[in-house]
Amino acid sequence: MSVLEIRDLHVSVGEGDDAKEILRGVDLTVRSGETHAIMGPNGSGKSTLAYSIAGHPKYTITGGTVTLDGEDVLEMSVDERARAGLFLAMQYPVEVPGVSVSNFLRTAATAIKGEAPKLRTWVKDVKTEMAGLEMDPAFAERNVNEGFSGGEKKRHEILQMRLLKPGIAILDETDSGLDVDALRIVSEGVNRSRAEGEIGVLLITHYTRILRYIKPDFVHVFVNGKVVEEGGPELAEKLENEGYAAYVKGSTEVASA
Amino acid sequence: MTDQNTTGLTTESAVLAGELFGEGVGTQAGPPTTPADSAAVAPGAHSHGGAPTGSPAERFTSTDPDAFGVPTGREETWRFTPMKRIKPLLDGAASDARLTWSTDLPEGVELTRVEAGDPLVKGLPEPVDRLAALTRQNSDGADVVRVATEAQLDRPVNLGLAGSGSDDVVWGQLVVEVGAFAKATIVLDHSGLARYSGGVTVLVGDGAQVTLVSVQEWAPGAVHGGQYDAVVGRDATFKQVVVTLGGDLVRLVSNVQYAGPGGSAELFGVYFSDETQHQEHRLWVDHAVPNCTSNVLYKGALQGEGARTVWIGDVRIRPAATGTETYELNRNLVLTDGARADSVPNLEIETGEIVGAGHASATGRFDDEQLFYLCSRGIDAETARRLVVRGFFADVIQHIGVGELQDRLMATIDARLGALPGLDEQPVEVA
Repeated sequence: MSVLEIRDLHVSVGEGDDAKEILRGVDLTVRSGETHAIMGPNGSGKSTLAYSIAGHPKYTITGGTVTLDGEDVLEMSVDERARAGLFLAMQYPVEVPGVSVSNFLRTAATAIKGEAPKLRTWVKDVKTEMAGLEMDPAFAERNVNEGFSGGEKKRHEILQMRLLKPGIAILDETDSGLDVDALRIVSEGVNRSRAEGEIGVLLITHYTRILRYIKPDFVHVFVNGKVVEEGGPELAEKLENEGYAAYVKGSTEVASA
Repeated sequence: MTDQNTTGLTTESAVLAGELFGEGVGTQAGPPTTPADSAAVAPGAHSHGGAPTGSPAERFTSTDPDAFGVPTGREETWRFTPMKRIKPLLDGAASDARLTWSTDLPEGVELTRVEAGDPLVKGLPEPVDRLAALTRQNSDGADVVRVATEAQLDRPVNLGLAGSGSDDVVWGQLVVEVGAFAKATIVLDHSGLARYSGGVTVLVGDGAQVTLVSVQEWAPGAVHGGQYDAVVGRDATFKQVVVTLGGDLVRLVSNVQYAGPGGSAELFGVYFSDETQHQEHRLWVDHAVPNCTSNVLYKGALQGEGARTVWIGDVRIRPAATGTETYELNRNLVLTDGARADSVPNLEIETGEIVGAGHASATGRFDDEQLFYLCSRGIDAETARRLVVRGFFADVIQHIGVGELQDRLMATIDARLGALPGLDEQPVEVA
C-alpha cells in the first residue's frame, strides 16, 4: 500500500532573474489501487509535475512537500526515489548507446530489489512481459532506445514498469504518438498492473483518447501550474466535448486579478 | 567524477537529445549535410570542418621518404603529434628488429613473404607521409596474408604481434589480399613493448567481405606509427575496427579507396587515453567511383591530466562519385579535467548527385539526461556512470564480431575504469 501526497508544490526552472515558476501550488494524493488522470493544455506544467516528482535536476522546488508513505521524497536522490517505489514512464526516453535492453533491465531490477533476481525466473518474467506487450524477443539485445520507433519506446517504458513493479507509476503522455494498436497494447500493459491492485497510477495526458482504454477513478484538470478542477470520469467526457477553453480563460482572469 | 558540475543539467542537453553529449568542449562540429542541402550548393563549394585543416584535395604521396622532407611539427599532418616522442621512428634507422609473431591461420589462408621488387609491393597505395615512406623502404618487402577466392573462413585470421622491448625500431609491411567473394576477418593484435612502424594494406577483392581488426594493447612506453590502406573492390564490403588502449604514442593513418562501384567501407575506432598517452587517428576516405558508401564511427575517452587524443576525419567525394553515401561521427568523453581531445571532421563534396553526406563531432562530459534516465530506474549514480562509459565503448567494440576478443577488450576497459561495484556480481545478459 503506497500513498503519494503532494502538498502546495511550487516548482521553477532557470536561475536568478531567468527563473520562471511553472508549478504554483499543486495538491494531489494518489493511493495504491487508484488511477488518476491529469489533463491539461500544452504548457500547463503537467510534465514538470512528473519530472519534479522523479527528481530531474532541471527543476527547482521552491515550496511545498512531496511524500511517499510519509517519507520526504524531495530529500531523496533520483535513484532513491525509484527504489522507494516511484516510477516515471517518460515521454521522450533517451538513448543509451552500447547498453543492451536486457542488461539495463536486469541492472535496474537488481537496484530496485536490492539483489540480483534469480536468472531462471527473471528470464521467464522478461519473456512473458515482452510477449504481453507484443515485443519481439530480439528487442532485448538492442541498445536502450537506440533507433526505437515512438511505439517501441513507449512499450519499453511500460515493460520497465511491469518488471520493476513500482508502488506509484507516473505515465507522462504515454499515449502521445501512438497509433491505435500500440495504444491498446500499452494500455493493456498498464491495466494488467492495475488489475494486480498494488499500483497507484498518475496518468498525464493531453487527450481523452487513452482514457477509453485506461479508466481513471479521478480526473484533475491542470491549468497554469495547478489543479483547477477535480472530478470523476465524467469530467473527462466534459473535456472531450468542450476542451480546455473555459479553464484557460478562467485562469487568465485569476492571474490578472 | 562525482563533481556536481559535471552532471548539472544544461538546456543544451535537451536540444541535443539523441546526441550523446551536452555542451561541447573543444569541439568542432558541423551540421549533417542532407542530400537536399548538398544539392543546393554548387559542386565543389561545400566544405566545412572548422580549423584550417587545409584541403584534403590532392594528397601528396611518394615511396621516397626524402620527397616529404623532414617534418618539423608545423606541417598540417604533424601539427598534433608530439615530435619528440615520435622522433625515434622518424629518424628512420634501418634495423633487423622484429616483432614476435604468433599466428592462427584457418584453412584457405596462406602467409608468405614477397621482396621489395615484387609487383604486389610496387602496386600498393603509396605512403602519405615521411614515416610511412620510411616504413615502406625499411621493411624491404612485405608479409602477405592471402585469403583464397570464395573462401569462407571458419574463424578469424589471428596475427599476434608482440614487441620484445628492443630500442631498435621495428619496420613492417603487411599486405592482406582477399580474393573475390571471400569472407574473412583478420585480427592484428599488438602487445608488448616496441618502437614499431607498420604499414598495412588490405586489398579487398570484388564482392568480398573483409573485417580488419587492429588492437593496440601495447605495454607502457611503446611507440606505434602506421599507415593502413584499404582498396575496396566492386560491390565489396570492408570493415575496419581500430582499438587503441595501450602504448605511449599511437599514430595511425587509415585510408580507404574504392577500386569499383558498389563498395562499402565502415571504419570503427575506439581509444582510451590516460595522462601518459597520445593517441592519434587520422582517416581519409576517397570516394572517386559511383555508388559507394562509407560510415565512420570513432569514440574515445580521456582520463587524467595531459591525456591527449586527436581524430582527423577527411572524406572527399570526387565529381565522378555520384550516388555516394557517407557519414562520419566522432565522440569524445572527457572523464577528468586537464585532458584534451582534438576532433576535426572535414568533408569535401564535388558533386551534388549524392545520396547523402554528413558528419558530426562532439566532445564533452557525461550526458545528464542519460544519467537521469538510468537513475530514475533505481540505478545509483556511480553505477549509472559506469554503465554509460562501458556502453560508450561497447557501442564500437560490438562491431568486431569476435566474441572472445570483444570480451577481452571490454575486460581491459573495465580494468581501466576501475572495479565495477555492484555490477561485478551481476550477469549482464539474460537472453
